[in-house]
Amino acid sequence: MSEEFILRALAAGIGVALLSAPLGCFVVWRRMAYFGEALAHSALLGVALGVLLGLAPTLGIVAACMAVALLLFGLQRRSDLATDTLLGILSHAALASGLVALSFMQDVRVDLFGYLFGDLLAVGRTDLAWIGAALGVVLLALLRLWRPLLAVTVHADLAAAEGLPVERIRLAFMLLIAVATAAAMKVVGVLLVTSLLVIPAATARRFARNPEQMALIAALLGVLAVVFGLGASLRWDTPSGPSIVVAAALLFALSLPLGLAFARAPR
Amino acid sequence: MVDARTLIAGHRLTLRLGRHLVLNGVGIAVDAGQIVTLIGPNGAGKSTLVKCLLGLLQPESGTVERQPGLRIGYLPQRVPVDPVLPLDVGRLLTLTRRASAAEQRGVLEEVGVAHLLRAQVSELSGGELQRVLLGRALLGHPDLLVLDEPTQGVDFSGQSEFYRLIARLRERHGCGVLMVSHDLHLVMAATDRVICLNQHVCCAGEPESVRQHPEYLALFGPRVAANLAVYAHHHDHAHDLSGAVAEPHE
Repeated sequence: MSEEFILRALAAGIGVALLSAPLGCFVVWRRMAYFGEALAHSALLGVALGVLLGLAPTLGIVAACMAVALLLFGLQRRSDLATDTLLGILSHAALASGLVALSFMQDVRVDLFGYLFGDLLAVGRTDLAWIGAALGVVLLALLRLWRPLLAVTVHADLAAAEGLPVERIRLAFMLLIAVATAAAMKVVGVLLVTSLLVIPAATARRFARNPEQMALIAALLGVLAVVFGLGASLRWDTPSGPSIVVAAALLFALSLPLGLAFARAPR
Repeated sequence: MVDARTLIAGHRLTLRLGRHLVLNGVGIAVDAGQIVTLIGPNGAGKSTLVKCLLGLLQPESGTVERQPGLRIGYLPQRVPVDPVLPLDVGRLLTLTRRASAAEQRGVLEEVGVAHLLRAQVSELSGGELQRVLLGRALLGHPDLLVLDEPTQGVDFSGQSEFYRLIARLRERHGCGVLMVSHDLHLVMAATDRVICLNQHVCCAGEPESVRQHPEYLALFGPRVAANLAVYAHHHDHAHDLSGAVAEPHE
């Protein structure tokens, strides 16, 4: 029995690491780390929404993330405020209203710490199925979106002038981030979701010569962080989500001197 | 279409961005094989007009006409590629269309940077990047090149060489060119028609006639206008990217 829950945790963590890595590369390339954060913070509101409507939390989270993404889209067009200010407002407003909404639901037992920081060791069969589905959706969508999304990332107007449906591609990307957030929440929690997107991708940069290499290396690093983090969590009884993030951060720190040597090496 | 030779035309284009009237009843047309240069002070609406013609912005009123099946090669004002994105020149060329390695090398040779095919885009100099982007535009066999300040980031000695490159490409491919520029004196020599824009079309015509137009003089001042006379000399030699005198091209 103890074997099984460890294996489930490992599978869930690896699944989330694999789907976060390629998306995280785009988050880093498009300078959208704070956008990812704002979406993640709105996930708690999604949980409340799910409980209220009797839906699966995952669906509630995807809905809340999309709502916040669309709100940001609208505000960017109409407001004089800079995007980082708008994100600061949205992100914390979403987190705070999520906490407030959950506090009204006395009758539902909500594991707040688990939502905020993840509870990998409590992953059940249903959670694993959701993560598997999310992984499939993200990878299939990215297979089709990879080239156009890369073109839009390099220069949106140029991509539009060359006939790509830029707005639709952007929207699809945001939807994928929402799906990733919902999946990653169980593993590292609302407050740490962005770290799985950003840290492995940033670590991979120094070792990659093209976009695909960067995504693959990020995936490998993400899996390593999950394995080390989960191992440490079991060994020293530390919280699993934060342990995984610490492992990812350590890999990043380790990559700095290694990356320098790599950059200097003749190709 | 006004004329069978016209590649693209805008009629009475009006556009507001926020509260600012950026374009006010602007008319413009580019014919096949013609080089048309848009000049005007900062904020005159030059890039906005270009984006209207490309369909990236919708005008409030007015119409844009394109020759059916028109292929456009576009060079935006700035294409900043973040160093965090590992991307080599070959991948940049093929972001939105497929091209064989030979085709990629071919267009880069035409713009004089074939050696950069495997270079990382974020490590290119301003002038190298502009050449690569120009080569990228050629990959689509364009009938019309739309170049928004193509010599931005090109060092001064390389600028006139860059304009001569554009003129050569026009000759070889027979494409029309619509170009936005600040380099008045450099552009005047290599252009068929100049349109001076300041929300509306101040004046338009051959370079020589625009140069003497009172509205043009009022916009740019007599000193800049007088400088043109100095720079309107005939070139008997060319400069390469580093500024050294180069062998004349065929």
